[in-house]
Amino acid sequence: MAQMTMTQSLNSALNLCLEKDPGVVVLGEDVGFFGGVFRVTDGLQAKYGEHRVLDTPISEGGIIAAAIGMALNGLRPVVEIQFADYIYPGYDQIVSELARIRYRSGGAFNAPVTIRAPCGGGIRGGQTHSQSPEAIFAHICGIKVVMPSNPYDAKGLLIAAIEDDDPVLFLEPKRLYNGPFDGDPGKPSVAWNGHPKGEVPEGHYTVPIGSAEIVRTGAQVTIISYGTMVHVVEAAARSLNVDAEIIDVRSMVPLDVETLCASVDKTGRCLIAHEATRFGGFGAELMATIQERCFWNLEAPIERVCGWDTPYPHAFEWDYFPGKDRVVVALKTMLGLP
Amino acid sequence: MTRQSRLHIPVSSARPGERPDFSYLQVSPAGAVARPSIDAEAGSIQDLAHTLIRVLDETHHAVGPWDPALSADVLRSGLRYMLLTRLFDNRMLKSQRQGKISFYVQSTGEEAVAVAGTMALNTGDMLFPSYRQQGAFLVRGSSMVDLMCQLLSNTRDMCKGRQLPVCYFSVAGNIAAISANLATQFPQAVGWAMAAAIKSSDDVAVSWTGEGSTAEADFHQAVLFASVYRAPVILNVVNNQWAISTFQGFAGGECLSFAARGPGYGLASLRVDGNDFLAVHAATTWAAARARAGVGATLIELVTYRAGAHSTSDDPARYRPVDEHRSWPLGDPIERLKQHLMVLGEWSEDRHAKLTEELEADINAAWKEAVSYGTQSEGPRLNTDLMFDDVYKDLPPNLLLQRDQLRKMRS
Ligand SMILES: Cc1ncc(C[n+]2csc(CCOP(=O)(O)OP(=O)(O)O)c2C)c(N)n1
Repeated sequence: MAQMTMTQSLNSALNLCLEKDPGVVVLGEDVGFFGGVFRVTDGLQAKYGEHRVLDTPISEGGIIAAAIGMALNGLRPVVEIQFADYIYPGYDQIVSELARIRYRSGGAFNAPVTIRAPCGGGIRGGQTHSQSPEAIFAHICGIKVVMPSNPYDAKGLLIAAIEDDDPVLFLEPKRLYNGPFDGDPGKPSVAWNGHPKGEVPEGHYTVPIGSAEIVRTGAQVTIISYGTMVHVVEAAARSLNVDAEIIDVRSMVPLDVETLCASVDKTGRCLIAHEATRFGGFGAELMATIQERCFWNLEAPIERVCGWDTPYPHAFEWDYFPGKDRVVVALKTMLGLP
Repeated sequence: MTRQSRLHIPVSSARPGERPDFSYLQVSPAGAVARPSIDAEAGSIQDLAHTLIRVLDETHHAVGPWDPALSADVLRSGLRYMLLTRLFDNRMLKSQRQGKISFYVQSTGEEAVAVAGTMALNTGDMLFPSYRQQGAFLVRGSSMVDLMCQLLSNTRDMCKGRQLPVCYFSVAGNIAAISANLATQFPQAVGWAMAAAIKSSDDVAVSWTGEGSTAEADFHQAVLFASVYRAPVILNVVNNQWAISTFQGFAGGECLSFAARGPGYGLASLRVDGNDFLAVHAATTWAAARARAGVGATLIELVTYRAGAHSTSDDPARYRPVDEHRSWPLGDPIERLKQHLMVLGEWSEDRHAKLTEELEADINAAWKEAVSYGTQSEGPRLNTDLMFDDVYKDLPPNLLLQRDQLRKMRS
């Protein structure tokens, strides 16, 4: 075990995969010599060479298309999109090509491409460096979508993604790269050092895609979340002294319906929290699923705390961010607390 | 994979600790490139995509057919705007370091691109700049206070707190709202120009994008549409050698110039010394006249060097020699125009020092006023209601509800 930040644990995952499988290649804008704008690929080009860790032209469509072609020719490309906000020039390649190759070829072809993309807000990035686009990819059949909330899961999930024979969109909440974040921007930043999930094995392991994690068991209410919001809802539940069962979804597609519903069946209450906009957000899918499965055990309407239905505004970052206060209000409403 | 990879990997000429090396840059002597008439067939002037249009020679004289023969007043005005841009950048960089603004982008070393380019146009011509053409806003009369308030996301911010610093616009100055998404506005400029032609107006559209951004599909869409419809548009590629950490070779600049992309699409294409105020002015004037005459669009590559960091989030010492800009063969645009004016007897060190002082005082006064409208940490703040406006023309029910929720929480 070692203490790692999320940046380091992702780097460790890439390092192990590059070492183990000569077919793994890493490509993206500034990922090579520079080591990536968030330093996730730091040192990898020096170690594995310029033919396996490639700087690319600034062309997200080109990068993803090239990765698909490489995958069709037997490689296992890991793409970095510098910010999830800049993935859209590659959207057609993902939706119409990457996600459907297996299906449209009757299973004859597949393209095991992993696309890493930093997402989420909290770094003063404004509307073009803060988006959480998981829902618009979760809606696409044929691509898996995951988002870790800590260094341990990040490494295990990334290795699982790279080794997966299906394409995976791997979203990295950038606010968590260097430490957990409970949603209060006024507090000094906290490091991963000392956090139990900052303890990361140095070797190979996987966190299976498609499995949610019960972060904390509880009886009063189930709080379902992922990414940065996992830490925010934990802080909110703690501040209210609510006996909440907190679940980190980790994998949006495929979704671990059993874990989520077993918990809601037990607690009878469910709060869903994500940073992305509310309307048509992934929370709506979670809500529908739980409503279908747990209706007869529900004691209150399912609630959602999400980003407002606006672009992510630079000056209003903390009014936009669904912080602890908003989670607290929702919990109080659900539980009938004063 | 025991065999050696045969892939070609572009390698930059110098990395940190190495000697800067710009031997890859072919520099034509000033005055050496012919100036065709504005209605020349694109196919007949293809050589202009490979040479380098330069006007200012080593002795600081203006020479050759591209000399725009500008009056001393215009030259001094150009010098003033370039200097203002640089000093403004320096001051805003400092403000970012002091934590007053969250982010900043300098245009240090490439001020002639936006300043000369904009000065050569008519005020009705529409500009679609990238985040590194702040000079265009100054030339088009944006007040520094307005620009600073945008940087501060304060109560007078033209973007109402929604945009990252430097994503300005100017309605009065005919400058589109800058998008941080690369190259997206390049083809939009073509559409604007197509509309101008449809409406039979004489206005021209002008856009700028970095050489790194030419890799985006948007660039290719722009040059294709510009060529097919002979739209009255000027498409500028600002080749400042670096796109964050990747040198221009990663955008395909290793073998051919960026201007050389044009002829393949049937576009008139010029390659210009981007640090030569006179050359940039002359090339833009030529392209604007060509567009207005209905002959068609022009692709212009402006060869320059990004002397500063990519942005305040960047540390260039990690990927290029720290002193690389000192070896840049095309010098500094401000220094070159200043020397030219001095050679003409129209400027002096004394006047330059005075101007610098005067501009710095203006900037400081503007900053003082701008911060009085609030910073991110002090003073008045924008009303959070504003967050919900302008998503649509009218607030739909979900936003009305969410605005109410936030109001309740804040009260
Ligand atoms: C679509 C998109 N992809 C990636 C980015 C991130 N990014 C911002 S600036 C930049 C480099 C641009 O380089 P260049 O076009 O050469 O312009 P310069 O910054 O040198 O002026 C990158 C990759 C972005 N803003 N938009």
